[in-house]
Amino acid sequence: MATAISADNISKQYRLGELHRSLSLREALTNVARRLVTRQRSHIETIWALKDISFTIQEGEVVGIIGRNGAGKSTLLKVLSKITYPTSGRMRVRGRVASLLEVGTGFHDELTGRENILLNGSILGMKKREIEAKLDSIVEFADVEQFLDTPVKRYSSGMRLRLGFAVAAHLEPDALLVDEVLAVGDAGFQKKCLGAMGNLHTSGRTVLFVSHNLAAVENLCPRVLWIDKGRIRADGDSRSVIQSYLSTFAESQGAGTDLRTVEHRKGSGDIRCTRMELLGRDGKPLPVVRSGDELVIRLHYQAFRRIQEPHFGIEVYTNMGTLITSINTWTTGFNIASLHPGEGHIDAHVNSLNLNPDRYYLSLWLASVGPRYYDQLDHCTALDVEPADVNRSGRSMTKSFGIVFLPCHWRHNGYKDVHTSSAASDLLINP
Amino acid sequence: MNSAAEPLRELWYYRELFYFMVWRDIKVRYKQSLLGVLWAIIQPFGTMLVFTLFFHGFAKIPSDDVPYPIFSYSALLPWTYFSASITQIGNSLVSNKHLITKVYFPRVTIPAAGAIRGLVDFAIAAIILLGMMIYYDFTPGWKLLLWPVLLIPLVTLALGVGMLFAALNVRYRDVQHVLPFVIQLWLFMTPIIYPTTMVPQRWRGLLALNPLTGIIEAFRACVLPNRHIDTSMLGTSLAVTLVIFLISALYFKWTARSFADIV
Repeated sequence: MATAISADNISKQYRLGELHRSLSLREALTNVARRLVTRQRSHIETIWALKDISFTIQEGEVVGIIGRNGAGKSTLLKVLSKITYPTSGRMRVRGRVASLLEVGTGFHDELTGRENILLNGSILGMKKREIEAKLDSIVEFADVEQFLDTPVKRYSSGMRLRLGFAVAAHLEPDALLVDEVLAVGDAGFQKKCLGAMGNLHTSGRTVLFVSHNLAAVENLCPRVLWIDKGRIRADGDSRSVIQSYLSTFAESQGAGTDLRTVEHRKGSGDIRCTRMELLGRDGKPLPVVRSGDELVIRLHYQAFRRIQEPHFGIEVYTNMGTLITSINTWTTGFNIASLHPGEGHIDAHVNSLNLNPDRYYLSLWLASVGPRYYDQLDHCTALDVEPADVNRSGRSMTKSFGIVFLPCHWRHNGYKDVHTSSAASDLLINP
Repeated sequence: MNSAAEPLRELWYYRELFYFMVWRDIKVRYKQSLLGVLWAIIQPFGTMLVFTLFFHGFAKIPSDDVPYPIFSYSALLPWTYFSASITQIGNSLVSNKHLITKVYFPRVTIPAAGAIRGLVDFAIAAIILLGMMIYYDFTPGWKLLLWPVLLIPLVTLALGVGMLFAALNVRYRDVQHVLPFVIQLWLFMTPIIYPTTMVPQRWRGLLALNPLTGIIEAFRACVLPNRHIDTSMLGTSLAVTLVIFLISALYFKWTARSFADIV
């Protein structure tokens, strides 16, 4: 197979302050004047957005690019798309390249849907004849037939997005560079887009795909490049690269959450929560918590006197402060006769964390029947749940599907006498 | 691949995008069709009325024995195209920032589209000129056929000047405030309000260094009867136009690589 994209020691340097800011002519002239008078060059701080990036991608490969915000993923795509130039290094991209850094680039509000399809298609590198041939299919994909001759300024943001993606989905480049375009839009549309991406994959085209949606990356891309601080940190099989990428989150999370320093707490203080850990099934700290994970919440405590029949509780809140669930030893019927002064821990084993990806907050309490609170910590720690391919469908759950998900299986019993069925049963059949 | 031919090959590849950019600009401009078309006429025609009243009526500026309205209007046509185009082109890169930072295409497409779109206004305003010629009983001679030819240096000059300002504007945002001032001075340094014959002989050589002088005088000579194109003046203007265009194109090419980083 031939090489489709090759990067050879690509580096990109930005001057600090240069990014997204232009000088004024006046400033430039005073700088020159100052330099002439003081005879010294002003010190310019620089930053390497990319440093010594090298890789080759074969024709037909679908490669994901992952990394934290500001790691250089987007800069790399911009360099490969020739939007910006590397400070040093060489790169080669074979054939026609389309870069999709944004959906609906160049849409003009005053132009109609039809006119914008032509304009946008042309901007993305399609030929006029090609766009015209695909017009019907694009319109159908975007589902905007009735509004085709309406200026897009009257479109809803959802319609604009659909139209933009519809054009992009009809590109037939040799290589496609996609940047996080799936981060926007409603869930149904995201599914449709991922479907279109999947088609690209089977059509033998080279695709580079930047995303924070690790589930989508894992599903679409057999190979993943991990960019960290402008350098390639790993390049290889997607599963292993994503795993090692995720494990760096553990390093930064350290050994759980220290609760001793929490100031706003209520209760008598006879016993205190000292630390909370999130562990995996294997008892090791979880680098990152994903939807559907099996996990152990380990609460460390320190008792200052003997406690009779203590109960432990963990409450999960949305970031809007709504209580989603409370797990505690009281309702579970788990009784501890007494605790002696000293330290210990208690584990809450959660079989499946049925929370959709989002940030949640945990409150903890320690009490005895009465109720009498020993220690009460409200919203003392955040719980970030990351997306996962929970249903093994390549489509991860997102917060737009709600807060929780119910694990379920579908079964279809087939059609029964469609022609003579009543209107009511017609409604049940949805081909 | 031949490296020298590469940019040209690329421009050819992107010719449809260029077409669509011109199409977009024109479409948007004339979307509210009545106002768009009227504006193309009002601007030079209104200016002509004001000039006729103040410069000819009150200030008694001569017009080489032809009616002042047609004398000034025949020069205002190319001038209006020129001033509107360099304003438009000068801001074009900044106003197409969203495209520059998201898609690759030869950056020169943007200013080039700006230079072409003004021709529609020019054509509309030219219809009024024909009307004026009929009104003043001027027989349109064969020389009028030279207008399309004269448009070539005019467009080249507008693109050259506009492109330079556009590239400077990306880096130095206050250049956009300089441009209106430049245009104002340029209007007075070009024989539009006054005839070249008003300028003392020894200054005329200097006047010819203004590339617009020869071009606009040539436009005018094609309209007025019994007038010949001053070929030496036109030649000087063409040479200066070419120099300006080349300098501008080189500067543009040199800075285009960094547009996406700093725009």
